[in-house]
Amino acid sequence: MSRAKPEDDEYWNSSKFSAFTFDDEDDEFTKMKESKRAVNSILVDDDDDDDDVEKVSWSGEPIGSISWSVKETASSFRSSGEQSFPKIDTAPSLPKQGSGYSLSSLFKAFTDTSTRAYAPELRKPKSECKDYMSDWSPEETVRRMRKGRAYSLERFRSLQDKLLLLDEAVSLHDGNVITAVLIYLKRSLSKEILFRELMVREVALRHYVHYLKEMGEQKLLLMQYKEHLNIKDEGRRRDFLKSCLSLPFSQDDAMHVQDHYTLLERQIIIEANDKRGEAEIFRKYPRKASILNMPLITTLYYSCFYHYGEPEGTFSSPANIRKTFRISEKQYILTALGARAKLKSWFDVDSLFNTKNWLGYTKKRSPIGFHRVVDILQKNNAPAQVLQEYVNLIDDPELRLSLAQKYKCHDIVIDTYKDLKDRQQLIVYQGKVERGSHEDRKIEELINNMQIRWKN
Amino acid sequence: MAQSGRRDAPELPDFSLLKRLARDQLIYLLEQLPGRKDLFIDADLMSPLDRIANVTTLKQHEVDKLYKVELKPIVSTADQLCFLIRPRIQTVKWISDVVNLDKAAGRLRRYKIIFTPQKFYACEAVLEEQGVFGDVTCDEWAFYLLPLDDDIISLELPEFFRENFLEGDQRWVGAAGGALRLIHSLYGPFSKVYGIGQCAKMVYESWREQVEDGEQKTQQPEIGNVFLIDRDVDFITPLCSQVVYEGLVDDIFRIKCGSVEFGPEVTSSDKSIKVMLNSQDKVFNEIRNEHFSNVFGFLSQKARNLQTAYDKRRGMDIQQMKAFVSEELKGLKQEHRLLSLHIGASECIMKKKTKQDFQELLKTEHSLLEGFEVRECVSFIEEHINRQISMIDSLRLLCLLSLTENGLLPKDYRSLKAQYLQSYGIEHLLTFSNLKQMGLLVEQQPGETLTVMESKVGKLVNDKTAGKLTDAFSSLAKKSNFRALSKRLVLIPKSGEEYDLRVPRDMAYIFSGAYVPLSCKLIEQVLERDGWTGLEEITRMLNGHEFAVSGGANGTESRIKADSQRIVLVMFLGGCTYSEISALRFLGRERGYKFIVVTTAITNSGRLLEALLDNHP
Repeated sequence: MSRAKPEDDEYWNSSKFSAFTFDDEDDEFTKMKESKRAVNSILVDDDDDDDDVEKVSWSGEPIGSISWSVKETASSFRSSGEQSFPKIDTAPSLPKQGSGYSLSSLFKAFTDTSTRAYAPELRKPKSECKDYMSDWSPEETVRRMRKGRAYSLERFRSLQDKLLLLDEAVSLHDGNVITAVLIYLKRSLSKEILFRELMVREVALRHYVHYLKEMGEQKLLLMQYKEHLNIKDEGRRRDFLKSCLSLPFSQDDAMHVQDHYTLLERQIIIEANDKRGEAEIFRKYPRKASILNMPLITTLYYSCFYHYGEPEGTFSSPANIRKTFRISEKQYILTALGARAKLKSWFDVDSLFNTKNWLGYTKKRSPIGFHRVVDILQKNNAPAQVLQEYVNLIDDPELRLSLAQKYKCHDIVIDTYKDLKDRQQLIVYQGKVERGSHEDRKIEELINNMQIRWKN
Repeated sequence: MAQSGRRDAPELPDFSLLKRLARDQLIYLLEQLPGRKDLFIDADLMSPLDRIANVTTLKQHEVDKLYKVELKPIVSTADQLCFLIRPRIQTVKWISDVVNLDKAAGRLRRYKIIFTPQKFYACEAVLEEQGVFGDVTCDEWAFYLLPLDDDIISLELPEFFRENFLEGDQRWVGAAGGALRLIHSLYGPFSKVYGIGQCAKMVYESWREQVEDGEQKTQQPEIGNVFLIDRDVDFITPLCSQVVYEGLVDDIFRIKCGSVEFGPEVTSSDKSIKVMLNSQDKVFNEIRNEHFSNVFGFLSQKARNLQTAYDKRRGMDIQQMKAFVSEELKGLKQEHRLLSLHIGASECIMKKKTKQDFQELLKTEHSLLEGFEVRECVSFIEEHINRQISMIDSLRLLCLLSLTENGLLPKDYRSLKAQYLQSYGIEHLLTFSNLKQMGLLVEQQPGETLTVMESKVGKLVNDKTAGKLTDAFSSLAKKSNFRALSKRLVLIPKSGEEYDLRVPRDMAYIFSGAYVPLSCKLIEQVLERDGWTGLEEITRMLNGHEFAVSGGANGTESRIKADSQRIVLVMFLGGCTYSEISALRFLGRERGYKFIVVTTAITNSGRLLEALLDNHP
């Protein structure tokens, strides 16, 4: 901080610490290459002059700098001992599981069944391209690119050369280089030709799609649908979703997108009515958020909370939502139960499970286990009486016992032990109830009852 | 409690050198822009940067103000702007906008971008397209490896997972190879490299070529063996609920770069406390690998010991007291503080995890792993979705169902997907498409049920037909084959036997004795066999891509210290979990190895699935 001086700028301008750019390297490189060529017009060994270039390429660091010492530390163990690991085959074997929308299927329009065919000998003979840098083979070029050294793609003008370059990049497994080549191909090839060639090159195609995605130029099927998330205004979002309906989705997904559109359409209508919040229920329980863009089940819950009992004809009624979106009975009961329990409408809760048998008796039936019902009721602080009724409906005696004990439904515990003919447990339980209470007397009566055939 | 294991376990290499190298290089790069400058840092680089340098270091090198990169117009008045970022197109576009805005306003500044760990051509192409190439200088900060603990090194590249396995972009292969090259140059030469997975192969090749380009050495190796493994070889393990202390803390509080923030619920005060979680924390070090059921007992014992130590003060004379205060008290106070934090954290975990819901969740996971009462599991998952509880847990269970059953029955797939979309939002269509592409959540193909049937019923079909069937379907989906793998590798200990979690007998203890993590089992097997021989059937079921190579001639072996041969570096490509690290530590103690885990990032079920969500813009 204290070192900040007004002459900093001058320091900068005259500094030997000139910033690193590709151009600099190119310049230096050009000079070196040219002088070498002047001395000797034959092709130079690449590795040798790479080393020369390296000494100055990394930001032109002066010896003694931190970086220099950093490098020294890292490589001070350098020696000539041979430790060579073998090359292994990295070719992919099995193709990956495709999603419903495989990448290649998206470019069907550009498909050309003719396979690529070119011979290596189509590459120009060396004598024709003696010019500086242009004599680098595709292999040398991509390797230089990987190492961050100077390179030039200008010489790859024929389609064959471009494709050789691309295939070479892919075989190197360096995504950075693959994308760099693809950017060059994008600039120098027509879209149709590029896609046609990418069709038969899965790895390159995936890199290209990802690149376009990151650049925000990518509008594949699902990506197009995803675009709706960027639209804030609900009316425009709805219209956009409507326009998505004509996209070629799979049958299942088409139905989901249709649902999405219908749901938002409904939510807009409901929101417009409820925003004013005139009905009593809204004053009593003010809404915490708008219903727009909420999931379907949240919307159903909302409707069970604020619009319960409305006739099926209204858009906001639970019955209408249930029917329109084909909601299963189990899902409906769970959601309605949650909403009505929250409001402590125990009467509504009861009627959710009431069914009449052919004799006209009401019986309680549920598509979800009654232990789950108890769980939900308990979380909503249901009174003991209500809780007890549902604990008693749990089929499995073990589960019933454990929940009855947990929620102190003494009568149920006692009756269940009686049904299980477990006298010992009854005696144990007697120790847990208040002496002289109704429960205590009931247990006392039972354990003295000789009519019961106890199992212990 | 902390098992002593074999006495002859070798010492771990010192990785603090990696931090020093990274810091020195950063300082050098900052000096490339002499004079006062404002520094903009990518949000996800802040914690890693904190581990190797501090604000004073930056200020010493004339960094004036620090800003977080937020992709919004900037307010800085400095004449020089430096951007320390990951190579992302969005960020570079934003920087281009900053530069172009300045140009339009006639404002002159110097700009420097430091990409870490490397720059990408695509980023420079953006600078070129936006017309600012040349106005901005670019540098690379080769900060590949951040040691999080004595035996954990992270590349801190969580995006590696999605970009490599979902998008199919190999841009990070070179970085992983570079990280390996750095370790090799400092702690090598390695004598053996084993690996499995397509990315592992590429990383090996990338590393091999980078080494060929550069140095060769004969220093005394500190690390002998290397194991590279792709995350997609084993998706099941990271999707299971963690029940070992360190894993649980990560699942619940999210450990970030080796540090966790305990909120008021843990500290029982009104403020949050950030704590480093590593072997320096003596209390944590003793419980990190323990099954949670043992942790409370240990902590209360520890509390009693502490009390006794404090009580020593009674009856001391003044000299003794003086010695006590100067020698012991500080340590005791430190321990006291840590102890109360971990007790607070355990209480908080207990509160969350002893709920009935969690018990049922664990039961379902175990049933799925065992292949027991699968229909009950399906209805549990359905109800979980219907109740709109944890979107991620629902997804996790769906993926576990798919992975253990080789896909969902078509009718289940359709119905569960529809209900999921209803509960959590239809935009999750994209999430499902991603999961399908990854093979994490798929529909059973008609043919697959046949092969499963066939393997169950036995030789009803003759070999020839079976061969044809296999041929026909091997080209189809990538199957997880979990049942068969689990049988062959004995991943599920026999049920019914008591499993004493205090005295673990195998790596299954990290999942309450219900499941040996596949990833770690593979490592154990390969090290035991010194290669893949005898595991052909297994690798076939894992879709191949296994390799085992050794470097150098026989003559070099005499020079190699025996100790280094028992130090094994395991590199997880796509992330690993704390539970897997605990399992490897256990394996090391049992077999006299020391494992060093290098990972592209620490992951868990939440992070893994969140990386694949596509429900936001």
